[in-house]
Amino acid sequence: MARVLLFGRLSDVAGWRERELECPTLSALRTQLSQEDAGLAEALAAPGVQVALDQVLVRGDAALQPRSEVAFLPPMSGG
Amino acid sequence: MITLTDQAFDPGALLTAFCQGRSETGAVATFTGLARAEAGAAATLELEAYPGFTEARIGEIAAQARTRFALDDFSIVHRVGRIAPGEAIVFVATAARHRRAAFEACDFLMDYLKSRAPFWKKETGPDGARWIEPRDQDHADIARWETPQ
Repeated sequence: MARVLLFGRLSDVAGWRERELECPTLSALRTQLSQEDAGLAEALAAPGVQVALDQVLVRGDAALQPRSEVAFLPPMSGG
Repeated sequence: MITLTDQAFDPGALLTAFCQGRSETGAVATFTGLARAEAGAAATLELEAYPGFTEARIGEIAAQARTRFALDDFSIVHRVGRIAPGEAIVFVATAARHRRAAFEACDFLMDYLKSRAPFWKKETGPDGARWIEPRDQDHADIARWETPQ
């Protein structure tokens, strides 16, 4: 099971912050999340949303391991 | 040093501690960011971080600053959690042999913290809550450091 984390506006849209999901790849995970929740699908596809796999930013697809941590990160704003 | 804290901090005390025990540093520059009330529109600010990832990304930004400006040292303190108007959100101090490097490194660090450090900021007021995202100005500020000198 991969651990899925949502940050910022994404967790407000989805109504959850953390879930465990069984998915072989990042793209399969996106598809599953998007099919379950159209609002979240739109929010994940918004410009500037980045993905971190085991705390490293990734672009494109990647294989998920049983204990992978996948974080969806909307545009960042500190300071 | 990089510190995330959910407690209010005193920027003056941080500066005093940062300046102690330095015999070769000629310049210390600091920046303190405060939470604005926005004329009552922002009753509270809530800052979310991604523990581990946030510190690591700030570490990468700070390592760039240390090399680029030949810093002796730096300190970054950033609040997380709920912040009341008037409280400090961020404190950055840079130490260098001469003032120009200290000023520029502090400016550089703040520009990157504003839109590249993994924080998410939610402002709640009488009209509800809204997530704050980087403005065009924040992107333009970063671009200043990325154009060839």
